[in-house]
Amino acid sequence: MTDSIDKASTRAFAARSLRPRFAISRGNVDRLMNVASPLALLLLWEIAAYFGWIDVRFFPAPSKIFAEMMILIQNGQLWTHLVASLYRLFWGFIFGGAPALLLGISMGLSRTLRSIMEPLVAATYPIPKSAILPLILLIFGLGEASKIVMVAIGLFFPILINTTAGVLEIPKIHFDVARNFGASRLQTFMTIALPGAMPLIMTGVKLGVGMGLILIALAEMIGAKSGLGYMMWNAWEILSVETMYVGLIVIAALGVLFSLILNEVERFLVPWKQAR
Amino acid sequence: MILNPPATDATANAAAPDVKIKLRGVRKVFETKRGPFVALDSLTLDIPTGCFFMIVGPSGCGKTTLLRILAGLETHTEGTIEIGAPADGRPSNSMIFQGDSLFPWMTVWDNAAYGLAMRRLPKAEIKDRVGHYLNRTGLSRFSDLYPHQLSGGMRQRVSIARAFANDPDVLLMDEPFSALDEQNKVLLQEELLKIWEETRKTVLFITHSVDEAVTLGDRILVMTAHPGRAKADLIVPFERPRQVLELRARPAYGEFVFNIWGYLRDEVHRARAQDEASAQ
Repeated sequence: MTDSIDKASTRAFAARSLRPRFAISRGNVDRLMNVASPLALLLLWEIAAYFGWIDVRFFPAPSKIFAEMMILIQNGQLWTHLVASLYRLFWGFIFGGAPALLLGISMGLSRTLRSIMEPLVAATYPIPKSAILPLILLIFGLGEASKIVMVAIGLFFPILINTTAGVLEIPKIHFDVARNFGASRLQTFMTIALPGAMPLIMTGVKLGVGMGLILIALAEMIGAKSGLGYMMWNAWEILSVETMYVGLIVIAALGVLFSLILNEVERFLVPWKQAR
Repeated sequence: MILNPPATDATANAAAPDVKIKLRGVRKVFETKRGPFVALDSLTLDIPTGCFFMIVGPSGCGKTTLLRILAGLETHTEGTIEIGAPADGRPSNSMIFQGDSLFPWMTVWDNAAYGLAMRRLPKAEIKDRVGHYLNRTGLSRFSDLYPHQLSGGMRQRVSIARAFANDPDVLLMDEPFSALDEQNKVLLQEELLKIWEETRKTVLFITHSVDEAVTLGDRILVMTAHPGRAKADLIVPFERPRQVLELRARPAYGEFVFNIWGYLRDEVHRARAQDEASAQ
């Protein structure tokens, strides 16, 4: 009896002690792959461009794109366009996000407001935001306002819809507690509805920021003289394909950066959802 | 010290001198799709100040409805309710809810401080009181945790601390321990009794457990199945302070519990018959 137990444990021990010598941990393999696969693709692309396997008029070599990026950084153009786009995104975020948040929570709290607003939201939400760009240009002109409005509209709907859903998801008992403990309307808003809806609000903000990036690129292509969208459109007109790629890379990097920032913000605002 | 069980029809003296809650012919009707539903009917009751008052009844007898009316979360349809106003601007009542009522987005401390924060009391006073009750409920070490990091028993202790810290005139408890396992239940009953002994506030406590009613209460109101009416109003003959397990070991305890079951049994059967009828 004791003998067989000893054998079994010895075998288990041996197996465990052997493992680290021959294998890299699964997590490290995954991390390695994550870095290696895009690098491999870039290398393949470079080689293909070098040997003329792909048409470099459409797919210039990564080294060429990188060189172009250096030029655009050095002459300050990239910075100017980036700042112009960020400026519009920022104000679009404020002018779209703040009303969406206020209206969304109010709709979640008030049944009356919900029945007034829901059909309006349902009717306007499905309109492709890109399709109203001409109208927005007509109303707000070719200046900054039209671009900011486009971003604001893109952010407004996802934040509004998710915020309302977030408030509706709060169990009724929490509102009973607030009432029983004498919370005023404003206190209920601030201590129950806002923090309770925060997980879905953050989902809405993430979706909205993605939408904002799409719309800013589009809006700047049509009615602007600055911004990353304009930079790419202008590059098409003067057939500077490398510049187009630089624009794409910068916008993609912005998307990644925003989602990293928003994940941190979420960790800070919703500590009670992650700490499990 | 009274050790003998009272006569089975022992009815509390309704004309107690210092009455905190006075109900006269209270009736509550809910409008439902299947027509009006009478949750409470002709309920007349006096709850003296400082009394630990228990209400026992089969599920669906309107006990929770009564509590929610007193908490200001529902309105009654008929009758009068008088609640003695607290003297010095303290809140009239605080409720300890059934199930999970803690805010998941607040720490233990902020949950316990909720009522005081809503009343905008001075920070130092909030700190004093919340600190005291978290200490009394054994939660001081956990004040920075969030509810999901606590066990069910700890969470219910936080809601007890939240209600006591708010220092209301009346405590309303809606089956606060019903979701807990038996061991935790006994522990929390002990703790509740200890905390209550400090202040001896008026308590209205709802339960479906006869054991809990006899263990905790000064008086027990047995309610009928739907519609909820008063069936019997009994004085619990056990002295305070009480030790839960010691009390339950006494023969007199068993007899008293058995008596109450005599009132309750018919009502439980009726409630079951009603359920079965409405399920068809």
